[in-house]
Amino acid sequence: MSGARGSKALGAYALERLLNAVPLVLGVIVVNFLLVSLAPGDPVTALIGEYPAPPDYVERVRAQYGLDAALPERLLRYLGSVVRGDLGFSFANRQPVATLVIERLGRTLLLMLTTVVFATAVGIVLGVWAARRPHSAVDRGATGFALAGYSIPEFWLGQILILVFAVGLGWLPAGGFRSIRADYAGWAAVVDQVRHMVLPMLALSFRYMAITTRLTRASLLEVMNADYILASRARGLSERRVLWEHGLRAAALPIITVIGYNFGFIVAGSALVETVFGWPGVGRLMYDSIFTRDYPVLLGILLLVSVSVILVNLLTDVAYALFDPRVRY
Amino acid sequence: MSGRRGAAARGAHPGVPGGAGNRGVGEPEGVAARATDVPLGATPVLELRDVVTEIRGVRGLVRPVDGVSLTVRAGQVVGLVGESGSGKSMTAFSVMRLFPTKAARVTGGEILLRGGDGRVRDLRTLGPDALRAVRGREIGMIFQDPASYLNPVLTVGRQLEQQLQAHGLGQGADARIAELLTDVGLSPEVARRYAHELSGGQCQRVGIASALACRPALVVADEPTTALDVTIQAQVLRLLARLQRDQGVALLLITHDLGVVAEVCDHVYVMYAGRIVEEGPVEDLFARPRHPYTQGLLAGVLDLLEPKPIRVSIEGSVPDLVRPPSGCRFHPRCPHAMPICEREAPPLLPRDEGAALGHSACWLHDPGVVGAGVTVEPGREDGP
Repeated sequence: MSGARGSKALGAYALERLLNAVPLVLGVIVVNFLLVSLAPGDPVTALIGEYPAPPDYVERVRAQYGLDAALPERLLRYLGSVVRGDLGFSFANRQPVATLVIERLGRTLLLMLTTVVFATAVGIVLGVWAARRPHSAVDRGATGFALAGYSIPEFWLGQILILVFAVGLGWLPAGGFRSIRADYAGWAAVVDQVRHMVLPMLALSFRYMAITTRLTRASLLEVMNADYILASRARGLSERRVLWEHGLRAAALPIITVIGYNFGFIVAGSALVETVFGWPGVGRLMYDSIFTRDYPVLLGILLLVSVSVILVNLLTDVAYALFDPRVRY
Repeated sequence: MSGRRGAAARGAHPGVPGGAGNRGVGEPEGVAARATDVPLGATPVLELRDVVTEIRGVRGLVRPVDGVSLTVRAGQVVGLVGESGSGKSMTAFSVMRLFPTKAARVTGGEILLRGGDGRVRDLRTLGPDALRAVRGREIGMIFQDPASYLNPVLTVGRQLEQQLQAHGLGQGADARIAELLTDVGLSPEVARRYAHELSGGQCQRVGIASALACRPALVVADEPTTALDVTIQAQVLRLLARLQRDQGVALLLITHDLGVVAEVCDHVYVMYAGRIVEEGPVEDLFARPRHPYTQGLLAGVLDLLEPKPIRVSIEGSVPDLVRPPSGCRFHPRCPHAMPICEREAPPLLPRDEGAALGHSACWLHDPGVVGAGVTVEPGREDGP
């Protein structure tokens, strides 16, 4: 086995993993499609409303949206259009699904990525703090915080944050993406945007912060007992370098894994948080599409989520290989 | 100073590679060929004086090192032997006050180290930063299981570089690392490798390179060959002995392998249940062991044709250190135990006329205790 591994091998590995994901994505589409069509309710009634409509009108609407065909035929038709890059047409919004989703995707990604970065950074710092002095007051505080963060649901936390910081203290806006009436430009617009983002991001971060804190603490405590930590101290390295260069470097692997694993949950959490905070993102769109039985939109979002989870997992594996020279691929 | 002059007068060649061939004429005929000829009067590099190390455990306070004194002189190879659980490894860890568990602490005695600048300092009273500066620079440490003592996610070169940087030797680190790896018989290319890409023997060579990286005055090696394959053991031991000689570094070698002691050590300390029971020049101590424990160990080795753990050759096992036996700790297993052994711990007495041939802690050798009634003369019994 050769010692030096080129980036070419890693690139080939990533490509192989990407190709393997194609049948997975197709399978996900089929399952999503079947699940959605099993759900109770009819998009046509949602569209027309409860008001009794003439049966021939109902049939016309049904035919217009291609809902009159048999399930297998509809599935094949849907698969065919997805392969061509067409995600369908929204019943409720009367817009192509792709346009609708992409418009909101940027806002959701903004929220999710800041959440991942913030939660991971704070979680690691808290975890390192706790692990440095096990069973100290700091450790107890961090562990208690982690337990609380793990058990509090996002939507409830979001409402409490709104009550305290928006309604009670009036420090931050209660919801929305930006101030609609104000005409901010340049720096002021950025500040306004950030002010709107703080509360939803906190609500979404709490849980992942807690998970990362616990995990960092646990894996660091284990790693710091390793023989090579003793050896690096015997070489005269300072405690700081032992901790950050040896300890955390080795403890990073489970943390990376969990970032990838959490990503799927952050997507789900963002639907709740976006709804609570009126954040016009994909999560909010998904919530609305469920209530309006807007199946093409729902399917499109589910597809997007599946693909992004698969991609993030792939990125995790690549990061794993970069971080740990022992990983074979 | 007189020690240094004495060394010169007796023809020691510090830093000059010496084989078995240039052994001093006046040296006593020993069991094994001595590689170095360091006189007893050479300057001490390390002196432990009544060192006590305690571990606070769930079952109470344990003293794996209970008043150990030993001296390692410049250029000397000193062996510290004992069974597992005798406290020899804890003695090794006590030198740098660096333990595998946070529960262990040096609580008594002095750890005198003569640094590169010739200043003698007590490591026991040094603050954390000063102690850190000693670790890896003035004292190099070699561990038992070489692979687990290298970080699996950092390259070998990076770990050596960190050590050089930690001691302000970061300038030209690459060249120094290449030189170090070459010295221990590895290709400089190994710097780019990870621990899992190396064999156990190669990992231990890296361990030796790290111990010698900052040109220390003393290397402490804790069972450096135990975890290796038998064929590799000899290679690594020979390498260690050669580098020790070439670089004139003092070596404290912790081992349970008496063959290793015979092959490379000048002086040996025998440890039992946290205390030194006998010490002396290797040839003399192996030829005429005075302490019943040492006699048992050596008899076990002489009888041993198939590898067998040492403790089997002596009745009973190492005592529980939470509740050590009263008096002489070896008395429950000693074939010559007398009433006084149970009551009082024996002092270290000269093994022979004058202290030049070491000391032994046994009441049998106290003329005040052993009167006309006792006829046992264990030192002569098993003589060669």
